[in-house]
Amino acid sequence: METRIQRHTLSVLVDNEPGVLARVIGLFSGRGYNIESLTVAETDRTAHTSRITLVTSGTPQVIDQIQAQLGRLIPVHRVIDITMETPGIEREMALVKVAGTSEMRSEALRHAQSFGAELIDTSDTSYIFEVADAPGKIDAFIDLMLPLGFVEVSRTGVAAITRGAEAM
Amino acid sequence: MTDTITETTEMTGSEIVIRALKDQGVNHIFGYPGGAVLPIYDTLFQDNELMHVLMRHEQGATHAAEGYARSTGKPGVVLVTSGPGATNAVTGLTDALMDSIPLVVITGQVATHLIGNDAFQECDTVGITRPCTKHNWLVRDVNDLARILHEAFYIATTGRPGPVVVDIPKDIQFKKVIYHPPGHIRHRTYRPKTEPDRGPIVEAVKMMAAAKRPVFYTGGGIINSGPEASRLLRELVELTGFPITSTLMGLGAYPASGPAWLGPLGMHGTYEANLTTNRCDLLICLGARFDDRVTGRVDAFSPSSKKIHLDIDPSQINKNIRIDLPIIGDAARALRGIINEWKETGAASDPEALASWWDQIAEWRAKKSLNFKNSDTVIKPQYAIDRLYELTKDRETYITTEVGQHQMWAMQRFKFEEPNHWMTSGGLGTMGYGLPAALGVQMAHPNALVVDIAGEASVQMTMQEMSSAVQFDLPIKIFILNNKYMGMVRQWQQLLHGGRYSHSYSEALPDFVKMADAFGAVGIRATTPDELDAKIMEMIDVKRPVLFDCLVDPYENCYPMIPSGAAHDQMILSDSEDEPEVTEAGKMLV
Ligand SMILES: Cc1ncc(C[n+]2csc(CCOP(=O)(O)OP(=O)(O)O)c2C)c(N)n1
Ligand SMILES: [Mg+2]
Repeated sequence: METRIQRHTLSVLVDNEPGVLARVIGLFSGRGYNIESLTVAETDRTAHTSRITLVTSGTPQVIDQIQAQLGRLIPVHRVIDITMETPGIEREMALVKVAGTSEMRSEALRHAQSFGAELIDTSDTSYIFEVADAPGKIDAFIDLMLPLGFVEVSRTGVAAITRGAEAM
Repeated sequence: MTDTITETTEMTGSEIVIRALKDQGVNHIFGYPGGAVLPIYDTLFQDNELMHVLMRHEQGATHAAEGYARSTGKPGVVLVTSGPGATNAVTGLTDALMDSIPLVVITGQVATHLIGNDAFQECDTVGITRPCTKHNWLVRDVNDLARILHEAFYIATTGRPGPVVVDIPKDIQFKKVIYHPPGHIRHRTYRPKTEPDRGPIVEAVKMMAAAKRPVFYTGGGIINSGPEASRLLRELVELTGFPITSTLMGLGAYPASGPAWLGPLGMHGTYEANLTTNRCDLLICLGARFDDRVTGRVDAFSPSSKKIHLDIDPSQINKNIRIDLPIIGDAARALRGIINEWKETGAASDPEALASWWDQIAEWRAKKSLNFKNSDTVIKPQYAIDRLYELTKDRETYITTEVGQHQMWAMQRFKFEEPNHWMTSGGLGTMGYGLPAALGVQMAHPNALVVDIAGEASVQMTMQEMSSAVQFDLPIKIFILNNKYMGMVRQWQQLLHGGRYSHSYSEALPDFVKMADAFGAVGIRATTPDELDAKIMEMIDVKRPVLFDCLVDPYENCYPMIPSGAAHDQMILSDSEDEPEVTEAGKMLV
C-alpha cells in the first residue's frame, strides 16, 4: 500500500443544521485524522447548506477513508477532493501585523506592495496588511515579514473551488 | 387515545411520541422513568397498547433492546430520562453502533430554557452520544418532533443499521401541535445505496468461476439484511460448492450442519477456517468488515488471494485490507444478482481445482482443532456447552452470551442452523450484554427457550435485570460457566504476562443459587459431569427465570488461538504446545 503522506483539500457540502460542524470535527478527532485548516460558512441561504473546506493529510488510503467516513455523516450532501479535481483553486486570506522602526517599516511596505498585499491599518509603530492568495504564497509573505518586525498573523484557512462550469 | 387522526388533531409532544412509536409498528419499549420523561410516562400510563418493560438500569434497557432487535429484525426502542439515564445508555449505544443494531433511544432533556445552565440532571446528551450513534437529534421545536421521530426510525433501520438518539426537552413534551403520521421519506442528504451496480456483479462471477481455492467469508451484514439474504447465501454456496466461514456476528446465516461449513474464523476460529482463509486464492467477503479479531496481522492476512468485498457501507472498503473488487449494496440484492448472473452465464466452478481444495481442507479439518480433553470428575466448559447444545437443539433456542472464554466456546461449539438466533457483543465486547439481551429476546419470543451462556464475572455487571425477568415472567436461562476467574483475562495473563494473575480472580463470589432465590427466580447448581444433563433438563423444564451455576474447570484455556499480532497460520492449538511467541508489538494489541 502507498505510504506517502499527501496534503489534500476537501470540500464538504452539508446541511446547515445545529451540530453539523461538531460531527465533522468529532469524526476527525475520533478517528485520528489531521485537520490542518478548516473553514465553514453558509453558502446557500435558501437551501440552508454550508460548505466546509478542510485541509488534511494522510496516505492515499487514509484520504479515501476520510472521504468515505465524511460521506456516512447524515447531514453531508457531498464530499469532493479538490486536490484531485484538475486542480482546484485554493485561496486564503491573512491579516499580518508588523511593527518596528521606520526603516524596517518602509521595507515591509515595499515588499507588501510587490506582493499585492493591501495596507489596511497604520499607526506610528505598526502596519496591518491584508493578503489574499494561495496558502503557499501567504507562507512566503509571512517569511518575508519575519525579519521586518513581524508581530502576529490571523489566517482564515483555505477556501477552495473546482475549475470549470460545474458546481460540486 | 383515538385512532383516527385528522389534519387538525392537536396532540402534546408526549402523545406524539407514543403515537409515532405505534405508527412505526413498535410493540415493546425498554425503559426507565425519571423527571425529564415524566410526561411521556404519563401518556404511557393512559395507553394500553404499547408494552413498556421496566428494566433495572438503562444499560440493561439498551442491551434488552439490542437482543430484541437482533432476534426479530425490528428496531429496539428505549426510553430513558435525562442526565444519568442518558449516560447509562451510552454503553448500549456504542455496542449497537459497533454491531450495526437498529435502536431508537428516546432520552428526556431538561426544558429548553434551562439547557446550558447546568440544570438538575442536565447533560449534553447529543454531544455525548454523537460518536456512539448513527445519528442523533435534539428536538428544539415541537413542530419538528413527529418528523424527527419518523426519520429516526428510517435512519436506524435502513442502510447499515445502527442506534439513534432523539433527545426531547421536557417543555416540548407538553406543547401541543398537529401530528404528522409517517409518510414517504425522501431524506435531503441520507440515501443509502442498496441496489448494487451490475458491473461488479458480473466481474465477481467471473472471478468466482476462475477461482481455484475460493472461500466465502460472511458476517453480520447477512443477518442484518434479513432472512432472504441467508436463504440466498445457502443457495449460492450450494451452486458453487465453495467452502464458507463466518465471523462471530454472522453465525447462523449458513447452517453449522451444512457440508461447506468450516466453522468461524479469527482469533479463536477453527484451524480449517483460518488456514483456508490464509491459503485461498479468492476471498469473497459478504457483509463483514475485516475486524482485527478476524484478520490477525493484516500484512499476513490471506496474502495470496484476490478479494471481493460486499458491504452496504462504502467506508468499509479498503479500511483495513486492500480490496480488488468492491460491491456496494444490500446483501440480499447483491446475492440475488450474483446467483442470477451465475446461472444465466452458465458459470461453473473448476471441478478439479475445487476437489483438490476440498482435499486440502479435509486435511486441516482432520486436526480437529476444537477437540479437548474431557474429564470424569470436573465439568469442562466445552463439555457443558456441548451438552447444552445436545439437550436444546430440537427446540426453538436462542443463545445470547456475555464476554470472555465462555463466549468463544459458545461461538466454537454451539451449532446455529438459522439466522437471528445468536446474539453476542462482538465489536465492543461488552461484559453484561447477555443477560438483558436474553430478556429482550424472550420478550419477542415468549415461547422460545432463551439461554444466556454467561461467565460468573460478566453476569454480575447486569445481574439486577433478573428482577425485570421475574417481574415480566420471562423464563430466561442464565447458564453461568463459573470458572471463578475472568477466564479470558487469566488466559492472556498466562500466555502474555508470565502467569502474573493480576486481579483476575473472581474473589468473594455470591452464591448464585441463593441469589436466584432472593430474586424470586430458580437457582440450580451443577458440580460434576454426571449430574449435568439432569440439571440442564431441570433448567429447560422450569418455566421461570433460572440462574444456573455450572462449576467448571477454572484453568481451562480457549483454543485454538491466534496470538495477537500473529498470522492465521501461526495458531496455537492446545496448552501442550510451546508457549507462543508473542512479539513486543503483539503485546501492544488488545
Ligand atoms: C465491560 C467490560 N469490562 C472489561 C472487559 C474485559 N474483559 C474481557 S473478558 C473479561 C473476563 C470475563 O470473565 P467471565 O465473565 O467470568 O468470563 P470467562 O472468560 O471466565 O468465561 C474481561 C474482564 C470487558 N470485555 N467488558
Ligand atoms: Mg469466568
